[in-house]
Amino acid sequence: MHSFHPLGDSAIIVHFDGDSSSEIHGKIVSLASMLQGSELDGFLEAVPSYTTLTIHYNPLLIGKDDPYEYVCRQVDLLIKKLPAHTDLAGRQVDIPVCYGGDFGPDLDYVASYHNLSVQEVIAIHMEPIYPVYFLGFSPGFPYLGGLLPKLETPRKETPRKTIPKGSVGIAGRQTGIYPLGSPGGWQIIGQTPLRLFSINQDSPALLQPGDNIRFYPISRQQFMDWGKEDGN
Amino acid sequence: MGIKVLKSGLHSTIQDIGRIGLQALGVGVSGAMDVYAMRMANILVGNNEKEAVMEITWIGPVLEFEQDGVISLFGAEMSPTINRETIQMGCPILVRKGDVLRLGVSKKGCRCYLAIRGGFDVSSVFGSKSTYSLGEFGGFKGRALQEGDTIYWNEVSLMKNLSSNWRLSPKLNHYQNNNVIRFVAGKQYSWFTENSQNVFASQLYTVTLDSNRTGYRLCGEQSLKVENDKELLTEGTVFGTIQIPQNGQPIVLMADRQPTGGYPKIGEVITVDLRVLAQKKPKDMIYFQPVSLKEAHQQLILLEKEIKLVKKIVNQKLEVES
Repeated sequence: MHSFHPLGDSAIIVHFDGDSSSEIHGKIVSLASMLQGSELDGFLEAVPSYTTLTIHYNPLLIGKDDPYEYVCRQVDLLIKKLPAHTDLAGRQVDIPVCYGGDFGPDLDYVASYHNLSVQEVIAIHMEPIYPVYFLGFSPGFPYLGGLLPKLETPRKETPRKTIPKGSVGIAGRQTGIYPLGSPGGWQIIGQTPLRLFSINQDSPALLQPGDNIRFYPISRQQFMDWGKEDGN
Repeated sequence: MGIKVLKSGLHSTIQDIGRIGLQALGVGVSGAMDVYAMRMANILVGNNEKEAVMEITWIGPVLEFEQDGVISLFGAEMSPTINRETIQMGCPILVRKGDVLRLGVSKKGCRCYLAIRGGFDVSSVFGSKSTYSLGEFGGFKGRALQEGDTIYWNEVSLMKNLSSNWRLSPKLNHYQNNNVIRFVAGKQYSWFTENSQNVFASQLYTVTLDSNRTGYRLCGEQSLKVENDKELLTEGTVFGTIQIPQNGQPIVLMADRQPTGGYPKIGEVITVDLRVLAQKKPKDMIYFQPVSLKEAHQQLILLEKEIKLVKKIVNQKLEVES
């Protein structure tokens, strides 16, 4: 099931309903890539989120009486072409993380909050495969699904003024990675040496909606040495 | 071919129509806040309408030209002078090597656009020259201009026969006097109580000091309420999305907004009125008025016709003068 909603005079939101978040996710990512390849008049770009795809269009480039109606009709035709079950062939991306210490100042808090040892928290965090639902908030910031309920931890009461880029954190039911240094209230449990966003690359964002990621541990020394060989 | 920044002003950045196509990667669109004024400034010097310009906010800079060039100013009235002599807005102006352009504190409006014939020589990042402060890229070194910077422009023919005996009608600037901002109902409009819907479309709102290129925070006497404390999952936004956070006071998302947001959207400002809002500064007061989507599209088509007409007339003038 899906429904259309205007988002001002130059965008529409397609909202998907359903029982399974992975099926909705599959439809959104598939529809976004179909739109990229289509020749829909006035189409500018498509932006996925958890349950919606926002489609930006230029009404002046659609020589129709009702540009909104036109875009809805065309998108509806594309949705009808979506397969009943979309198996996303997303890439698997492995993300090295140095857990704890300076890199994860809230790891001890998260462990004590759940009555777990630090090692148990790391093991539980590494266990699932996390789907990348969409990117937003800041360039390259992935909204991930899949955090196991036993690691759900409330945000910090007082947000930190600066969180270094690459920080891996937990906020409520979400886990994520900060691509840029910024203030924030997430519980920081580690840091990755990978760059999530770079303007000097053909593909500027490391992750794409539809990817699946997995965290694996590295030592402090490995973190410091990361990228030295290939000059990053 | 440089412009030396002698004083930076409050916030001057290089902007074009924005960076389209990377929102799905979390990259904001940016671009001029008042795209209409930006286009007019470009038209006046014979540039492509979408060429990057300097967006000057509230308190203007002092700029020295290191070469002869042709410039124009359109938008907020900031008492511009060259070598302390008053100059007109809304027309092409020949500047000479060593000339000093000063813009003061805005008397009306908030943003003035400076275009230079040939366009600013800054590199395009992902298809746009717009400054994206959050990502620290685009425009001039990914940031606002600072004292001591020199920004270059692309060499083109000067306009030798520039008569400067004409300028655009000040009527084209009258939109800055409006205080009614039209909106179409948003995806969560029905989440708000009937009383809140009525209050939103009738009470006076003040633009607060906490307003910038990312968003305008407004303050009204009565705060708005969502029925049954519904919670929203993050979803897409546009330039003009009116979000209502828990405190019930609207935030209108502007050019530097994030591509997605998690607060309920009561509505979206219609595209033709974004220029009205972009020219408001803190303490200015506005009303919101609901209109249909059809009306929003019709207004957009009318404005586009007006711009095309102005462009046609200006181009005829410029052909004679170049």
